[in-house]
Amino acid sequence: MNHFYLSLALLSASHLGAQAPEIRFDSTTALLKLPANLHLGEAAGVATNSKGNVFVYTRTGEDGTMGGSRFFTHGGSRLLEFDPTGKYLREIGAGLYGFLFAQSVRVDAQDNIWTVDRGSNVIVKFDPAGHVLTTLGRKPESVNPAGSSGRGGRGVPGQGIAGDNFNRPTDIAWDAAGNIFVTDAYTNARVVKLDKAGRFLKTWGSKGSEPGQFDMPNSLAVDAQGNVYVADLGNKRIQVFDNEGNVKAQITGVGAPWAICISPGTHQYLYSSNSNPPDSLENGEIYKLELSGKILGQFGTAGKLTKEFGTVNELDCRNPNVLFAGELTNWRVQKLTLRP
Amino acid sequence: MLRHCRLVLALAACASAPLYAQAQTLPPAALAARAKAQNVPEIPFESVPNPLKWPANIYLGEGIGVATNSKGHAFVYTRSQRTRLFEFDARGNYLREIGEGLYGFVFAHAVRVDAEDNIWAVDEGSNMVIKFNPEGRVVMTLGHRPEPADALAATPSATPSATPAAVPGKYIFDRPTDVGWDASGNIFVSDGYGNSRVVKYDKHGRYITSVGSKGSEPGQLNLPHTLAMDAKGNVYVGDRSNRRIQVFDNDLKFKAIYDNVGAPWAVCISPGPHQYLFASNSFPDANDSTLAGVTGEIYKMELDGTILGKFGKAGKGLGQFSGLHEIDCRNPDELYISEIQLWRVQKLILHPSGK
Repeated sequence: MNHFYLSLALLSASHLGAQAPEIRFDSTTALLKLPANLHLGEAAGVATNSKGNVFVYTRTGEDGTMGGSRFFTHGGSRLLEFDPTGKYLREIGAGLYGFLFAQSVRVDAQDNIWTVDRGSNVIVKFDPAGHVLTTLGRKPESVNPAGSSGRGGRGVPGQGIAGDNFNRPTDIAWDAAGNIFVTDAYTNARVVKLDKAGRFLKTWGSKGSEPGQFDMPNSLAVDAQGNVYVADLGNKRIQVFDNEGNVKAQITGVGAPWAICISPGTHQYLYSSNSNPPDSLENGEIYKLELSGKILGQFGTAGKLTKEFGTVNELDCRNPNVLFAGELTNWRVQKLTLRP
Repeated sequence: MLRHCRLVLALAACASAPLYAQAQTLPPAALAARAKAQNVPEIPFESVPNPLKWPANIYLGEGIGVATNSKGHAFVYTRSQRTRLFEFDARGNYLREIGEGLYGFVFAHAVRVDAEDNIWAVDEGSNMVIKFNPEGRVVMTLGHRPEPADALAATPSATPSATPAAVPGKYIFDRPTDVGWDASGNIFVSDGYGNSRVVKYDKHGRYITSVGSKGSEPGQLNLPHTLAMDAKGNVYVGDRSNRRIQVFDNDLKFKAIYDNVGAPWAVCISPGPHQYLFASNSFPDANDSTLAGVTGEIYKMELDGTILGKFGKAGKGLGQFSGLHEIDCRNPDELYISEIQLWRVQKLILHPSGK
């Protein structure tokens, strides 16, 4: 523990002082070619697969239905696939029961596509052909009044009960053995670890600001050693855990980390976006870091033009110098080419 | 047919004159709803029958917004089962739907077309202002659609643990109503039912300043429902519940009040060297029949507020207006208007010199 606080002090000290160096970059907002009458809404999620295809999980139009006493929601999220040149390939999961309010999309090592839906509370795993392989969590049967546990669940979902449901999950990642890590998130403020078959293993975290606690864990990533990096948005820090959830370190000095990613390869980098909230055009810069937390540089700022960001909600860094950023308020995906 | 229609309208206007002479017999609500300006000359006009040709199985719902571009195309923003945006050519032929299934289309309020023919939709339900390029693709958004009701408390904000700000956010609207631009492209948004203010952004959507709070003093607003810009960049705000048009300069400093044309539901300003201001004292959507005799007319004014004439009245016939909600006056003698209660758009030909 002493060692832990020492490293915290060292890390914090290293981030005081001069602003991180600016990383030069180019951007295009026009990569993705959408068919007529297909529009992105909030580009909550973006990810690439091993072929360079781009998957966008977007919040777009939605419908609701009045039942006898409940309001049922459906639609509202769409998952679209593009080839590396931006040519539109197809929609995946059109009309899917679990698509309600897109939060993030990630592609695993086998090119399976995983969607995390903050409205339905369901995580869906698609195989590369677009078929549903498995689901995690369960969609509430209807929209419930605030504070009610709702029908179709057992009490407040996701309180660390083995195999329990999620409550507004935000992100998913895997270690080399295929174990699954989920940030479950705004209400439960925890990380859930499941095995590769989706069986509940353990959970850690609760709402708060102590080490190991979270305030809106909005994004997570796992490095090659299986360490878990959690973007602890409300606490303005990235918390690092070992594979079993023991606190290892916290990284500060990068603003409020809204979206993070870790690049693959022998030298891994950590990217973190200090995204502007939808009600402001302040901040918005993205940081490039070593896994140790050392800041290498930063780029970008909030705004509505190309090379500016409107609430980046997800980052893809399969190629550490070619990033994809999904923006909420600008309803678009930017392809960023870094020139470090 | 057109000539006949015009004649009938002129007669109807004459016939209604004695009603106004009996003003003292009006119920209080009607007295309050009646415009202060009286004995205003009538401008002869006609309404073109069926100006827009709708394809089979596309229906106009509440005709909330209508606007034209430089080619004379008409854009109609309507509340249907979904909120939808349609484009017609200058002859009224249906061209296409724009923004089908869009995330920002929830509850239509107004559509406007800027000097570069970009199309701007103001959505009161999603709290968003959406800019489409002429090809119909989204190129900029202002505001932020609230997240689903059961996730509201979890919305991340600039200060996650702080209580909500008393001052409206720079980039968050509360039921916005209209949008306009000055010559350098600065954007002005009337915001709206909730926030009682007008916000100015630069052309890239960056906040500059705002004016207004809820109230009835000069510079305060009570339901800014519509706005229009003149060539000098002054802002004319339809301050509906205060029953007045307020004029602000380009920095949103208060300039003037015109309070004699009833409740301005819709205003527009025509382009060109001599600009005119049109304002509709619309028959309210509450459908109170006692107000039908004293509302519904459109005023034509100079920019300084001088009334030149008026035309139209409440009703469901051709050339009558039932809850007029938006006016387009790109051509000051050829207006498009959209209505709430009767699901339609009308094209009006004015004859201001009586020709």
